[in-house]
Amino acid sequence: MPSIVLGISAFYHDSAAVLLIDNEIIAAAQEERFTRIKNDSAFPVNAIQFVLAEAGVDGNDLSAVAFYEKPLLKFERLLETIHSVVPQGAFSFIKAMPMWFKEKLFIKQIIRKELKKLGARKDLLILFPEHHLSHAASAYYPSPFSEAAVVTIDGVGEWTTTSIGYAKGNNITILKEQHFPHSIGLLYSAFTYFLGFKVNSGEYKVMGLAPYGDILNEQTVSYIDKIKTVLIDIRNDGSYLLNMHYFAFASELKMIHVKKWEKLFGIEKRKPETELLQAHKNLARAIQEVLNDIIIMLAQTARQLTGSNQLVLAGGVALNCVANARIIEEGIFSDVWVQPAAGDAGGALGAAYAAANIWFKQPDRKSGACDAMKGCQLGPHYDTAAIKKLIAPFGAAYKYYNDFNELTRFIAKEISKGKIIGWFQGKMEFGPRALGNRSILADAFSADMQSILNVRIKQRESFRPFAPAVIENDTHLYFNATRPSRHMSFTFKQLDKISAPAVIHVDGSARIQTVNKNVHSRLFQLLEAYKQETGHSLFINTSFNQRGEPIVCTPKDAYLAFMQMKLDWLVMGDFVFDYTLQPENNGPKERKFEAD
Amino acid sequence: MEFIKELLQFLKARKKMWLMPLIVILLLLSALVVLSSSSALGPFIYSLF
Repeated sequence: MPSIVLGISAFYHDSAAVLLIDNEIIAAAQEERFTRIKNDSAFPVNAIQFVLAEAGVDGNDLSAVAFYEKPLLKFERLLETIHSVVPQGAFSFIKAMPMWFKEKLFIKQIIRKELKKLGARKDLLILFPEHHLSHAASAYYPSPFSEAAVVTIDGVGEWTTTSIGYAKGNNITILKEQHFPHSIGLLYSAFTYFLGFKVNSGEYKVMGLAPYGDILNEQTVSYIDKIKTVLIDIRNDGSYLLNMHYFAFASELKMIHVKKWEKLFGIEKRKPETELLQAHKNLARAIQEVLNDIIIMLAQTARQLTGSNQLVLAGGVALNCVANARIIEEGIFSDVWVQPAAGDAGGALGAAYAAANIWFKQPDRKSGACDAMKGCQLGPHYDTAAIKKLIAPFGAAYKYYNDFNELTRFIAKEISKGKIIGWFQGKMEFGPRALGNRSILADAFSADMQSILNVRIKQRESFRPFAPAVIENDTHLYFNATRPSRHMSFTFKQLDKISAPAVIHVDGSARIQTVNKNVHSRLFQLLEAYKQETGHSLFINTSFNQRGEPIVCTPKDAYLAFMQMKLDWLVMGDFVFDYTLQPENNGPKERKFEAD
Repeated sequence: MEFIKELLQFLKARKKMWLMPLIVILLLLSALVVLSSSSALGPFIYSLF
């Protein structure tokens, strides 16, 4: 009997479902992609149905379900926090309570009820690994390493906000933990809020804004000093204490005491969508520098505690590719691997892995050569007949290519002319990055492409950088990359010669995706054709979505997004759609998405 | 019933039975919130709760 484990994350943000069979990832998807609600936290009914169907199993075949955290332990943290701060914030807690008594405490019952509809047995085993164990498992088990130091960092799970562990064979041992309310994830989110971005989704904007700050400027230096002396007490081992006098998240439904922050930094909290001043950029730079310092200290401590020469990372903060790159630059470990779905969606994967390896003691499947993520290509895929059927209601005009080489030659030429391409191929990616299956592609060497894509196409802030997809074997021609980076988990510095303004940030760095022929074969073919056409081995790869919209999932989502964003071309499988030939009444449609 | 049993086992194992009165008070207060039809989660900013 194969071991079939369903992993689930839900009820906070970015719900997801993952299916493992005998320790192999068969399918994984986030609920937002199906419901079209960004970071949807609802119970992932659609994602569960998809992963079961993809594996050809039903609820009755499941060996176990693993939920990514322990609800009762989280409830304990909530109660003890109330006890420690009451009467302050008492009303906030009371307002949050109905949600707990309605669903968050009854997750086991909800899972049982929902899976019963899909044929599950009444006595189906339901496991609840701890939140940070789920992150640790998502970092270690699919990594290429058979032993490693494990560091997990996020906002908060049950109690833990940061953990250091050691993994070998099937086992993960947690060696050190930092507990709520002391959290660098929440510290970074507090700055995200103060800088006028949305908590839980705007953190990467702070990271993107930071290089515009001037590290040599007196203001930036004083901000760093204030953060380190007033807001947070950092110890040599990377542990830290937040000064809770400045933070409100432990007792109220807000992040910080705004007036105190305004007094501390001498600037007002930025209102969303207002002008970004140099002071905001300097403040973003300051918190990014502090985060880098803490993460390096944590990595050094992990190295000392475990003696391992390899590091794996997960938790929302591990999506900070600038901090990840600093760990590499410091040379603390010989190799570093980051779970590409490092946030809570990846918790579903980790929970399933923890159940398979720790509970069921499944045999290790590591090959040692590459990770087990399959290039994150774990979501729904649509063959030629399915694309044709789903596009039929639009009466869309398209050309079908029997020869994919001919298609790539044509599209490569269009990219070189400055045209913008919607690129929809194979299985949808799991996690926050589009890696060439649900992507928008464009020329990286055009001077105004960053602005065109940001402002006209994606309707988002003009400062935000784009990532390049580059042929893996040619990476050294453009960047000082010392290793493949197939999931955009690290930034690397450009070499002197290149002039690709759309993908090079103001500090000369780029969040590159190295494209491997065997992992992302269709994107690789297109890059090869582009190289033949232009002599360059890279172009822009950004996610196929508008601001606030989840990345497209189905051919219908892709076609609607193509029409609304007025992309020049849409390529779905072997079909090519020319925007100028589409029926007028197909768009642009009024699709409303809440800005992120 | 299964939930109450699990909750009691959890509190006992964690030596946190002293939280029980707080749970009862919060349960009653949240029932009041629901009955008075006020919004369950007002200015929701971060899902720490």
